[in-house]
Amino acid sequence: MAEKTTIGKAINEGLRRAMEADPKVLIMGEDVGKLGGVFRVTDGLYKDFGADRVIDTPLAESGIVGTAIGLALRGYRPVCEIQFDGFFFPAANQTFTQLAKMHQRSGGRIRMPVVLRIPYGGGIGAVEHHSESPEAYFAHTAGLRVITVANPQDAFWMIQQAVSCDDPVVFFEPKRRYHERTEADLSGTLDSATGMDAARVARSGTDVTLLAYGPMVKTALQAAEADTEHSIEVVDLRSLSPVDYGTVFASVRRTGRAVIAHEAPVSAGLGAEIAARITESCFYHLEAPVIRVGGFDTPYPPSRLEEHYLPDLDRVLDGVDRAFDF
Amino acid sequence: MSITTAQEEPELIQLLTPDGELREHPDYPLDLTAAEKRGLYRDMVLVRRFDSEAVSLQRHGELGLWASLLGQEAAQVGSGRALGADDMAFPSYREHGVAWCRGVAPKSLLALFRGVTNGGWSPDEHGFHLYTIVIGAQTLHATGYAMGVQRDGAVGDGGSAVISYFGDGATSQGDTNEAFNFAAVNNAPVVFFCQNNQWAISESNDRQTRVPLYRRASGFGFPGLRVDGNDVFASLAVTRAALQHAREGQGPTLIEAFTYRMGAHTTTDDPTRYRIAAELEEWKLKDPISRLRAHLAGTGEGDEEFFAAVDAEAERLGEQVRQECRSLPDPQPLDIFHEVYAEPHAHIDRQRAEFADYLASFEGAGAEGGR
Repeated sequence: MAEKTTIGKAINEGLRRAMEADPKVLIMGEDVGKLGGVFRVTDGLYKDFGADRVIDTPLAESGIVGTAIGLALRGYRPVCEIQFDGFFFPAANQTFTQLAKMHQRSGGRIRMPVVLRIPYGGGIGAVEHHSESPEAYFAHTAGLRVITVANPQDAFWMIQQAVSCDDPVVFFEPKRRYHERTEADLSGTLDSATGMDAARVARSGTDVTLLAYGPMVKTALQAAEADTEHSIEVVDLRSLSPVDYGTVFASVRRTGRAVIAHEAPVSAGLGAEIAARITESCFYHLEAPVIRVGGFDTPYPPSRLEEHYLPDLDRVLDGVDRAFDF
Repeated sequence: MSITTAQEEPELIQLLTPDGELREHPDYPLDLTAAEKRGLYRDMVLVRRFDSEAVSLQRHGELGLWASLLGQEAAQVGSGRALGADDMAFPSYREHGVAWCRGVAPKSLLALFRGVTNGGWSPDEHGFHLYTIVIGAQTLHATGYAMGVQRDGAVGDGGSAVISYFGDGATSQGDTNEAFNFAAVNNAPVVFFCQNNQWAISESNDRQTRVPLYRRASGFGFPGLRVDGNDVFASLAVTRAALQHAREGQGPTLIEAFTYRMGAHTTTDDPTRYRIAAELEEWKLKDPISRLRAHLAGTGEGDEEFFAAVDAEAERLGEQVRQECRSLPDPQPLDIFHEVYAEPHAHIDRQRAEFADYLASFEGAGAEGGR
């Protein structure tokens, strides 16, 4: 039963489902209780599940992830909200040296079903440290799964899949798309959903494959609509670790061209890795080099400049043009 | 008017003097049978023997590294024997004595330092989590675990408690301070057991703290105690009390076990570069094993026959540990890819397959082409 809803509401509903299905699922983070989170993603959960399951933590990100590890060791499934992308870094030690490695170093005896929810990306006119796209650090770390959503439907399913996954999952939420209303069906059971590792062809096309994820999927779809010269196929990656290369390669082999767009800085970003893999595996199908469109290798600028920093429709189409001008 | 933090330091909590004389303590009574006392002595002697064997195995190239617990046997065996079967311990990387008390086989510890595995035992089976090398990280794991104990309703009668081990250096870490605070605001059933062995590699206490470490607890709102860490009775009694306090739902306690690292930080360290020999000589007079031996001999609870039997058992343990270490099987190349994830991950699966093909390409190539 489709209805208009938002990514924020869909995650909220997905979390509610996960908490109803498994009493071991906990929410923890700063302001996630009575306030419902600064983006209201956990709104109402404190009221319905209580302070033992929706935990307002002290203001300390390392403490959040570190105690989540301990709770997971005791059999719980904590979902941690990191309030903003730029505030993750105090938790980097616990995430990279502890959470990510625990399963392997225990010889598989210990499972770490911990979800880190991180609102990310720019475009909301925020102050410093509230607009970053740090996903490459996570995708570079063995032991973490990294996923991100672009629409309420995926948000609803993928947050539940992340919670039920026995590995640590970093769940990136496109904060500038939180409140956009689109159609989604928030009924049905989890087993009918596409796996969270899978990419999705968001729009079919024949001339060029445009790869995007999270907040850039909408921009990519708008670019595809706007381009009257080329038939653009848009692939929403959804999962950044692992990347669904099967879907990516199949598309690029059909179209012969690939453009990758993300908000994060281009150098050593996800696009660089994906471009390399496409080149290794689709070399004879390529009509042009793989093109990357992304943020600059600078700190995220003050918000009055962010429209120049973020790849918009025109920058994406400029990338598409470069794939044809070659 | 002047601002001051001056405060008189209470004496260390001590039940057994360096001369082996038993002292009653009003707050920490301890009623041990002769057999229990002999058991603690045996634990400490065997752990010290295992530890010295590990140092020698490293010298012979059998281990990549070893972090000796020499001098800290009483703090570890005393606190380790205070733990109940349902309690959970979160060690740093020097807690070989606690591991011993939790039934972790010495060879499992050696496997880590030999480079065979990064883990090596089942934390659930032993109530003893894996060693944690990043300083202080485990204090938060212990606190989170204790928050889970609370949510399981396992606080109160017949409840369980959690203990986290760390050193004086770790008290400077943000994680340790965050753990203190998370434990305090949640009233979590966790005991923070700090072995203050006076040295964080080459840095002495005054590079870590301006106040005695036990006093850190008061700022977080829970009790802090300073115990003679070379006194196995006091370490046992105080830890027992703190664990019971936690089990009863009264929240965390910080125990500072005042002890001394008689050896190097690890086998790669050279303490002669930063500390004077006289300091070690002074601490040798407070040795945890010789004071318990003096006590047992003085009371007649241990005789020469007993001491000789323990020494003989220790020698057998040393021999056994040496054999076991050398016969630990090396892991196989494809083990690199094992258990990185609990569920299949396409990148790992692809790389494993590619590396397996690469290794197979050498098969039948003869000794010159092989690797």
